[in-house]
Amino acid sequence: MRKNLDVISAYAIMLGLIILVGFLQSWSMALSILCFCLISAVMTMGANIQWGYAGLINFGIMGYTALGGLAAVLVSVPPVKEAWQVGGFNMILCAFLIALIVFSVRFIIKKYNKSAKKNYGIAAVIIVGLILLRLISGPAIESIEAVNPATTGFLGGMGLPILFSWIVGAFFAGALAYIIGKIALGLRADYLAIATLLISEIVIAVIKHEDWLARGVKNVIGLKRPVPYEVDLQTKEWFINLVEKFNQGALNLITDTLERQELLKQLVIESSTVFVKLCFAGLFTVVVIILLIITQKALYSPWGRMMRAIRDNEEAANAMGKNVVKQHLLIFVLGSAIVGIAGAMMVTYDGLFTPGSYRPMRYTFLIWVMVIVGGSGNNFGAILGGFAVWFLWVEAAPIALFLINFFTSGLEETNAFKVHLVNSIPYFRFLMMGVGLLLIMRYRPRGILPEKIKQI
Amino acid sequence: MDFLNAIVLLLNYLFVPALSYGSQLALGAIFVSLIYGILRFAYFTAGDLMSFGTMFTILFTWYFQSLGINLGFLPTALLAMPFGIVITILYVLIKDKLVFSYYRTQKSPPVMLAMVSIGTMFVTQAIVRIVIGPFDRRFFDGEKFILKANEFKEMTGLNEGLTIKSTQVITLLVTIIVVSILFWFLNRTKTGKSMRAYSDNEDLALLSGIDPKKVVMITWIIAAILATIGGALYGLDKSFKPFTYFNNMLPIFAAAIVGGIGNPFGAFLGGYVIAFSEILLTYAYRKFFVYILPESLEPDSLLQLLSTDYKFAVSFSILVIVLLFRPSGIFKGKVL
Repeated sequence: MRKNLDVISAYAIMLGLIILVGFLQSWSMALSILCFCLISAVMTMGANIQWGYAGLINFGIMGYTALGGLAAVLVSVPPVKEAWQVGGFNMILCAFLIALIVFSVRFIIKKYNKSAKKNYGIAAVIIVGLILLRLISGPAIESIEAVNPATTGFLGGMGLPILFSWIVGAFFAGALAYIIGKIALGLRADYLAIATLLISEIVIAVIKHEDWLARGVKNVIGLKRPVPYEVDLQTKEWFINLVEKFNQGALNLITDTLERQELLKQLVIESSTVFVKLCFAGLFTVVVIILLIITQKALYSPWGRMMRAIRDNEEAANAMGKNVVKQHLLIFVLGSAIVGIAGAMMVTYDGLFTPGSYRPMRYTFLIWVMVIVGGSGNNFGAILGGFAVWFLWVEAAPIALFLINFFTSGLEETNAFKVHLVNSIPYFRFLMMGVGLLLIMRYRPRGILPEKIKQI
Repeated sequence: MDFLNAIVLLLNYLFVPALSYGSQLALGAIFVSLIYGILRFAYFTAGDLMSFGTMFTILFTWYFQSLGINLGFLPTALLAMPFGIVITILYVLIKDKLVFSYYRTQKSPPVMLAMVSIGTMFVTQAIVRIVIGPFDRRFFDGEKFILKANEFKEMTGLNEGLTIKSTQVITLLVTIIVVSILFWFLNRTKTGKSMRAYSDNEDLALLSGIDPKKVVMITWIIAAILATIGGALYGLDKSFKPFTYFNNMLPIFAAAIVGGIGNPFGAFLGGYVIAFSEILLTYAYRKFFVYILPESLEPDSLLQLLSTDYKFAVSFSILVIVLLFRPSGIFKGKVL
């Protein structure tokens, strides 16, 4: 107990802050902050596995998040039959063609010795393959996108419950990470960072512009939810009774039946959103706890010790007979898969998939700030980082407004300088993040909750 | 005649834009490459430093405009640029003093410094957005075109027009001047040579009495100059928007790596490689082939290899290919 005092107190403060938001602003707001904190926590756990356990820099978090979101669309949306009829066959043919290209390139790589001819051969196969792909997919894509473009215009998904997508998202992200890892893991640390950053941009570009896949920038809205809808809840008998029970005190004060009815209706509407968010928060908490147990177990297993050994001294670990390349690839895939889960969770929570909103600032660099601030190598630290940084990110505006008003209290309301500052409040969050990151890196370089190595 | 038309078409839509875009990228890539070679870390603030410099150039441009000072047919921004450069130099030097110098004395690994540069990226972005806002701004004034399409058509009697914007010519001229001064400085002067020595082998350079503080300071000053010029030229040519500048960091990094990071000349050429391939691969060649092929063979599709949406993706794919086959870049930079 004593040993973990810092962890417990840090989390207590964090929860206290969220509850404070509930009292000061609204419970709905507090719960949505909590939900996004939990999602961020999953992302930071993924990044922490890669950076904290193995020392791999992955700046491609945005790409995996988006792939997780894509999985949510592809799993939950019902299939668009018409689109499949007009273009499905060609698209399946394309999938086969891609597989064929990949296998023939692999075949060339395996079969022939290193030479200029081999490179030309690979290039030729890829170019011919791409041209064929263009020819086959072109008309199909056109006809798919022409099917009812205002609402569908894409192939649709499988029509399964959206919860499955959390697993599928992990697989998508893991598969992408496998490809990226194969390409880029041999690179030096900061090259890896740049390469992953750029590759994640490519992923976003593809998702944005291949409309047949997930409508691109036209967005997919109205995804199914794993929890009840507010509108349904408001008509349910048991829910209204529940709300009545909870607010017995306030309701009993009012004697007028009509007024009482009115208040109850108001309360039911308010509590329905809170209830939905509570359900989400519960689901997310379950995911976080499961992942936390698994990652903690892994961290203190022989495998975790090996990863730390590789991180701290790659050559020594290699000399001890550990396959560094293979382990790096494995941990790269695992970490990215966890980020993929978070991506799917986020789209599930939002109920919509907006590829245009995936930006590296929010989905890559912010997550990195979380990991570094929280404490890399320590799962509790990473989760705390996710909570603290997201909290600050959301609450930055009110804090900035307060500070501006405080420091410029001598100025008039119409002072141009003050008005300018108040208008640029949204950008103070960047300043806070940057200064926070710099301060933590300078004075507490191992994060708020630093890594603890259990001695055996 | 058709053949000439085809050439002019390519010149107008491919060559001229790619050349100016490439110059803007090249300026950025050179300073990223220099910082990588001498300070030994990936400088993620690159794009935002450019927007910082451009922002001050714009502020000074507005100030001069309000005073009624201008350069006639040249954009006022050229006059404002030196002032922007001075402020950017001050900014990077202060930043180095407050932030980066600590990690150098600690001999932190490059990854740590790259992380720190992400911190400064956030701060710089915040400053730019708070001071000038996130909006799209144009600050070009003066003569817009050097050669208009109609004039060219009348002059030559061709069907295709050639437009040359003055910003394109300015970009090219300024780039040539700046880059030649830079390479003269690096190759001929004592300070430049000491910088290259420091980049090649730090310990050996220190042993032979090179002052690391001076080398680092000069590197930052060069970085600030190149960032401001590159950013201001990009802003003159297109427009100034902080978010675009942040995004430009990606092709700049691609250019630096493709050219061989740590090698300024490679980075310079890398900028053009990226720019040309981006534009070559996303251009619709239909009209070109209409001119060049006999009528019976005229194509009916757009003949576009990739849609323009994939502009960025092209440069990154080139990067990936280069990383796979020649990890030290086309023009041998530091070995990974």
